[in-house]
Amino acid sequence: MAGEKRIKVIMAKPGLDGHDRGAKLLARVFAEAGMEVVYTGLRQTPEMIVDAALQEDADVVGLSSLSGVHNYFFPRVVELLKERGLDDVLVVGGGIIPEEDITGLKEAGVAAIFGPGTKTKDIVGFIEKNVR
Amino acid sequence: MSNLITELLQGSVRAMARLITLVESEDGRALELLGAIYPHTGKAYVLGITGSPGTGKSTLTDKITSLLRSEEQTVGIIAVDPSSPFTGGALLGDRIRMQRASGDPDVFIRSMATRGNLGGLARATTDVIKIMDAFGKDWVIVETVGVGQDEVDIAKTADTTVVVLAPGLGDIIQSMKAGVMEIADLYAVNKADRSGADTLASEVSLRLQQDSQIKKISWQPPVVKTVAVDDMGTDSLLDAIKRHRNFLEKSGKLVSGRREKTRQEMLSLLKEEISRRVLEKIPGDGGFEALIDDILSHKKDPYSCVQEIVRNLFSISD
Repeated sequence: MAGEKRIKVIMAKPGLDGHDRGAKLLARVFAEAGMEVVYTGLRQTPEMIVDAALQEDADVVGLSSLSGVHNYFFPRVVELLKERGLDDVLVVGGGIIPEEDITGLKEAGVAAIFGPGTKTKDIVGFIEKNVR
Repeated sequence: MSNLITELLQGSVRAMARLITLVESEDGRALELLGAIYPHTGKAYVLGITGSPGTGKSTLTDKITSLLRSEEQTVGIIAVDPSSPFTGGALLGDRIRMQRASGDPDVFIRSMATRGNLGGLARATTDVIKIMDAFGKDWVIVETVGVGQDEVDIAKTADTTVVVLAPGLGDIIQSMKAGVMEIADLYAVNKADRSGADTLASEVSLRLQQDSQIKKISWQPPVVKTVAVDDMGTDSLLDAIKRHRNFLEKSGKLVSGRREKTRQEMLSLLKEEISRRVLEKIPGDGGFEALIDDILSHKKDPYSCVQEIVRNLFSISD
């Protein structure tokens, strides 16, 4: 197991969502897929998420939002990552995201949005294929 | 590479994070890089926090960090959690309890997975301490995985080791056993607002009293009661940590302890290098598989074969 680079993921919940079953499940899914997953917990600001990505030298930032704040928080995370020189970090999102918001989020630099019902193996596959 | 080192020494957090990844993934350039930063190390004080899962190590680390920060000390934190022996993946959850520390630009937190290493730490822990030290952190706090009884590597790594206990995890016999209970420079009895905390504290004190009757001790480990989530007792804990540091410095034990650590590190680096060099010779040696066959069919024995291989490689006669 030693002597190799493993995919490191920051799993974060920006905003004020009260529950994180989905985020916790995905953290488990990524760990089961052999990744090292840092779960940062609820109620994170974009600054906290980006600090964690910087310190942990993350390859992937996974954002989960249920409360409709994705149009502000997801692009803000991408923007702050760029400001810190972390532009090769893959940002993906999920949760309750209306169809019509997806194009805008992708234009803002979120690589993919995974809504309810997405197969977990598709998410893992996307990350493995697109990570730096 | 040398750019990263220059940036690290100039205070780049990004460079520190990248260098840690290189060392952690045992990149081919890691040894060279560690050699280059070594002259800049030796200044940080290394504090180890260990104890069973769920005793409150991460929360205590967060509180101690914020006390150190109020004294304008800079802090690096290494938080170790286990890798799955089945998938190699890991869920690193210590950051959740370090919300106060994680928003502070003068605190650097790195989560590390054990990657199959036993003993309570990740394999690269001592190297990551050096990187944080060279960056200029005044304190490096190492939080081990939740340990059982036998994971004591932290004591070989830290200057001061705090063993965190919590009530409800066993009776007095547990506190008399060998292993983790032997490595504490201080005990924190956390969750001290719960029933059983006073009993636990007095059982630990009894062990310490027994120690003083059984062997010669120069430092009596204090037992400090804390409720980390409510910030109770954490200032007394930090005072006790500083008293221990002062004791080590005044008695010369800080230097002698670090000398012993350096000695152990030299030995383990030597072992690694020798085994690497020996093992890299083996695939080229076509006779190896034939030798395995001979051993399997009991024509030869493995013990004298190993002696012969090593003798030939090093051209030594004994």
